[in-house]
Amino acid sequence: MNTFSDSVLTALNLVTSFDPALWVVVTRSLAVSATACLLAYGVGVALGAWLAVSRFRGRGLVLVGLNTLLALPSVMVGLVVYLLLSRTGPLGFLGWMFSFQAMVLAQFILVVPVVTALTRQVVEDVERQHGEQWASLGAGPWVRSLLLAWDERLALLTVGVTAFGRAISEVGAVMIVGGNIDGFTRVMTTAIALETSKGDLPLALGLGMVLLAVVLLLNALVAGLRRWGETRHARPAAADGLVGAQP
Amino acid sequence: MSNVHITLDAVSVQLGAQQALKCVSLRMAAGERVALVGANGSGKSSLLRTLHGLVPPTQGQVIQTPGVRQAMLFQRPHMLRLSALNNVALGVWLDRSRALNWRASKTLALQALQRVGLQSVAQQNGRQLSGGQQQRLALARAWARQPDVLLLDEPTASLDPHAKREIEILMAEFVAGPAPDKPLTLVWASHNLGQVKRLATRVVYLEFGRVLADLPVSDFFDPTLLAECSPAAHAFVQGELS
Repeated sequence: MNTFSDSVLTALNLVTSFDPALWVVVTRSLAVSATACLLAYGVGVALGAWLAVSRFRGRGLVLVGLNTLLALPSVMVGLVVYLLLSRTGPLGFLGWMFSFQAMVLAQFILVVPVVTALTRQVVEDVERQHGEQWASLGAGPWVRSLLLAWDERLALLTVGVTAFGRAISEVGAVMIVGGNIDGFTRVMTTAIALETSKGDLPLALGLGMVLLAVVLLLNALVAGLRRWGETRHARPAAADGLVGAQP
Repeated sequence: MSNVHITLDAVSVQLGAQQALKCVSLRMAAGERVALVGANGSGKSSLLRTLHGLVPPTQGQVIQTPGVRQAMLFQRPHMLRLSALNNVALGVWLDRSRALNWRASKTLALQALQRVGLQSVAQQNGRQLSGGQQQRLALARAWARQPDVLLLDEPTASLDPHAKREIEILMAEFVAGPAPDKPLTLVWASHNLGQVKRLATRVVYLEFGRVLADLPVSDFFDPTLLAECSPAAHAFVQGELS
């Protein structure tokens, strides 16, 4: 048996035997990314929806900046958060360095632009087509942004998955601000990097498998939710009374 | 004219590079049924949007009598993924001039649904309704706001003949108004000259953003008179009828 297949078998054994060392890291990873994504989702959806309906001087520049942040390097975020949270930094008084909170903050900063930019795009498409109707009913920009975001909630589920994928798979930022401390701030990606460098390939592979499985499961769940939602909200075929396609 | 609801005084509207309206002057009185006719791009929708305050005039002014309430129906109404009842209730609740709470809005919404014969689908998702039902739902949403002026942008375009007929009947019923002393003013854009003949009291013909004819319906459909008043409108009507 070669090294790869050997490692895969050992990794599978670790996963199926619920190895405590592996599952502690998995649980922590999920907790960090889920917390960061929930916070980022709340902020990003509100901000993105507002950007979609509001018009102000310099909006174009804001959008260019926002789209640039989509490609924000995670090590850069890690470095900035490190400087902010270090003892002499402006947020040093929080004492968050090398903690769960530090990792959440880093992932939050990484994910907010993703949620904001994608939400803005989704809501703006609807606003262009139908925003005037809601404005004519008396909905101001804030109300309109909330209504249209709520109406596009199925599309925004996919935005959530994209954000979670970005958060859980990044390694640079959590490595810098978390420190990869065993039993404290070690998460899946930092553990994979460490175990690979140590030559413990089965554990690294096992973690990689779990990471993939988590993302796969989440995608499947969201795809199922979307399908359920679309079936529930779908217009009946050959709807009576309408000639031609609906927008 | 004491019962004038809206006055347009030499209104011009520029939309990007296109001049949508050119020096349009009109008066809409209480109880009038004004049909806006003209080819695509003639300015009908722009005129409705200007009357409703969605597009500000670049020149001239739109004067609306204080206290006059308006509602507008779009060609393709947008319904949220909510029940039909909640879609209408939301329209009422958003009306800042009345500031009703949600419960009162729902009561009015239910009455409006009954008015358009959609009470049986009140709990169904607004998006699941057929095109004709959605248009009736949009009419209910507009009617629930108890407007004095109802603006409709090609309300029966892209509907099948049966659904068209249903909307026309509702339009005719709405015109009667909630009370004889409070007649509803109806202003709508239409390509359907038969519908215009059946429902309108006055016809405004637009071409390239200009009003080229503004006549009582009987005069508009009198070929000799129309040819004298506005050869362009006459040519349009002949083209549509041929």
